[in-house]
Amino acid sequence: MSVFPATAAAKAAGRSRTSASGTRPGSRNQRSAYWFIAPLGLGFAVFYFWPLLQTLYFSFTEFGAFGGHTFIGTDNYLRVVKDVTVWQALGNTLIYCVIGLMALPVAIVVASLLNRRGLRGVSVYRALYFIPFVTLPVAVGLVWNWLYNGDFGLVNEILGWFGAERNYWVSDPSTAVYAIGTVMVWSTTGYYLVIFMAGVKGIPQDYYEAAELDGAGPLRRFFTITLPLLSPTIFFASVICMINSLQTFDLIYIMMAEKNPAIGDTQSVVGLFYKWAFIENAQGAAAALAFLLMLVIAALTYLQFRIQKRWVHYA
Amino acid sequence: MPDRKRFDPGSVATHAVLSLGALIMVFPFLWQLLTALKTLAETSRVPPTFLPEDWNWASFEEVFTALPFREMLTNSLINTIGRTLGQLVFCSLAAYAFARMQFRGRNVLFALFLSVLMVPSSLLVLPQYDIIQSLGLLNSAPALFLPGMFSAFGTFMLRQFFLSLPKELEEAARIDGAGSFRIFWSIMLPLIRPALAALAVITAMWSWNDLLWPLIVNTDPEKMPISAGLTSLEGQYETNYPVMMAGSLIASLPMLVVYLFLQRHFVQSVALSGSKS
Repeated sequence: MSVFPATAAAKAAGRSRTSASGTRPGSRNQRSAYWFIAPLGLGFAVFYFWPLLQTLYFSFTEFGAFGGHTFIGTDNYLRVVKDVTVWQALGNTLIYCVIGLMALPVAIVVASLLNRRGLRGVSVYRALYFIPFVTLPVAVGLVWNWLYNGDFGLVNEILGWFGAERNYWVSDPSTAVYAIGTVMVWSTTGYYLVIFMAGVKGIPQDYYEAAELDGAGPLRRFFTITLPLLSPTIFFASVICMINSLQTFDLIYIMMAEKNPAIGDTQSVVGLFYKWAFIENAQGAAAALAFLLMLVIAALTYLQFRIQKRWVHYA
Repeated sequence: MPDRKRFDPGSVATHAVLSLGALIMVFPFLWQLLTALKTLAETSRVPPTFLPEDWNWASFEEVFTALPFREMLTNSLINTIGRTLGQLVFCSLAAYAFARMQFRGRNVLFALFLSVLMVPSSLLVLPQYDIIQSLGLLNSAPALFLPGMFSAFGTFMLRQFFLSLPKELEEAARIDGAGSFRIFWSIMLPLIRPALAALAVITAMWSWNDLLWPLIVNTDPEKMPISAGLTSLEGQYETNYPVMMAGSLIASLPMLVVYLFLQRHFVQSVALSGSKS
């Protein structure tokens, strides 16, 4: 019990931050706190905050052939807005985003199946579903390219059993973006599965038992209990999923060779950014493009937060 | 109580669906292995064969001559260790201060640090590249891990754990005359070991798998990590699928092993990032 007044005193000392005299009991603590955050703060300053300001500056400049930035006002932004490839990349990115979100329903269904009372092997299933997420993206891209291969690929072979025609999935402009999107879904489902498994576990079993007594079947229980009570988790996962797929780069970079005829139909905004910044040396325009992307991410995230009131139920 | 003797059709159906899903998740890797073991001629056969005719291990040796594969694996290892250690040290220090210490400007600084989470990484790579270049570090090991040593996510996550610890421990130590660092190092840090493990495991995975940043800073094949190195294999060996599959398998193996052994921590870190953000 003797600890309590000391705690209260410490709290009071911490709260009354009006005078900065060095004699208060909390002050030694206060000064050393800065030493604790200094290393990280320094790292952030050098590698995050300063670069952010720099990018802002770059976006208003032109990068010369021999280095050096010349101020050109809003020209880069105008170039970005007028460029057809930017709009195409943005369109592709939004398609990836929509396809990427398909991982959520799959993960929710699997999570609720795994939640079945007395089911064995839950951790084995979870482990297997999670493996694609842990695997090197380059390896994932390479193996899927091989599966999608138009001449010797297994995908054509299997679809052939059902009478489908052969296709060059990743070099046909009408299918490439979906072929890559499918791999995105495949590789991220395990990640959302883990998140949803935690969410589903938080739903009291009594609800299901009571519903069962009232004669509700498994589908009914899924739609009236699992989905509404999981909606905060679904909301979180959809925000994360959207932000991640808007920044997608790795898979596309790996799966699309330079000479691929479908390259324009699959390029993401970050892919275009990479091309401008590090291949075409158009740093200013690339910086402007990056800001455009951030704006899109912010706008869509804001939109999600606005819409959530209509469908997310907080218990 | 699971009753094993009674036949439960619902449970059988559930297992059937889940197994089919699991097969779809794992099959590409099995196919990767089978392809790596085939001869080049066999991989281009129509219809494809399932099992290799002769089990041919040569591709696993060939990747080591096709690329500076050993160096690339070492670079990946250095990158992964550098980032992980950096995050554990820097994030835990800052997280501790934000969770357990009183100081002027704490909330403002914390909000500022958290804002790093919201900035897309592509927005920063141009100036980050310039910084690495001006430090003369292009094509070096530190170039790979320097920016990744500082993480807002890690700080946020560890802070949540520090917040959950009881105050009494700290006060008792302070009465015994221990300084802030001593309390942090020998009392508080050991108590959040599970969180540190989870952060380490997830950071290691991101570092091993990262592609964009290594592609930018280390363009010399000898200095690339394996994630970037494999893409150059794709360029040179466009049609040599056994070698590409063998390379992919070897490159994925370390993280798969880490995952299988430390699954608990992976799952925990994902569930945490899911519930606490």
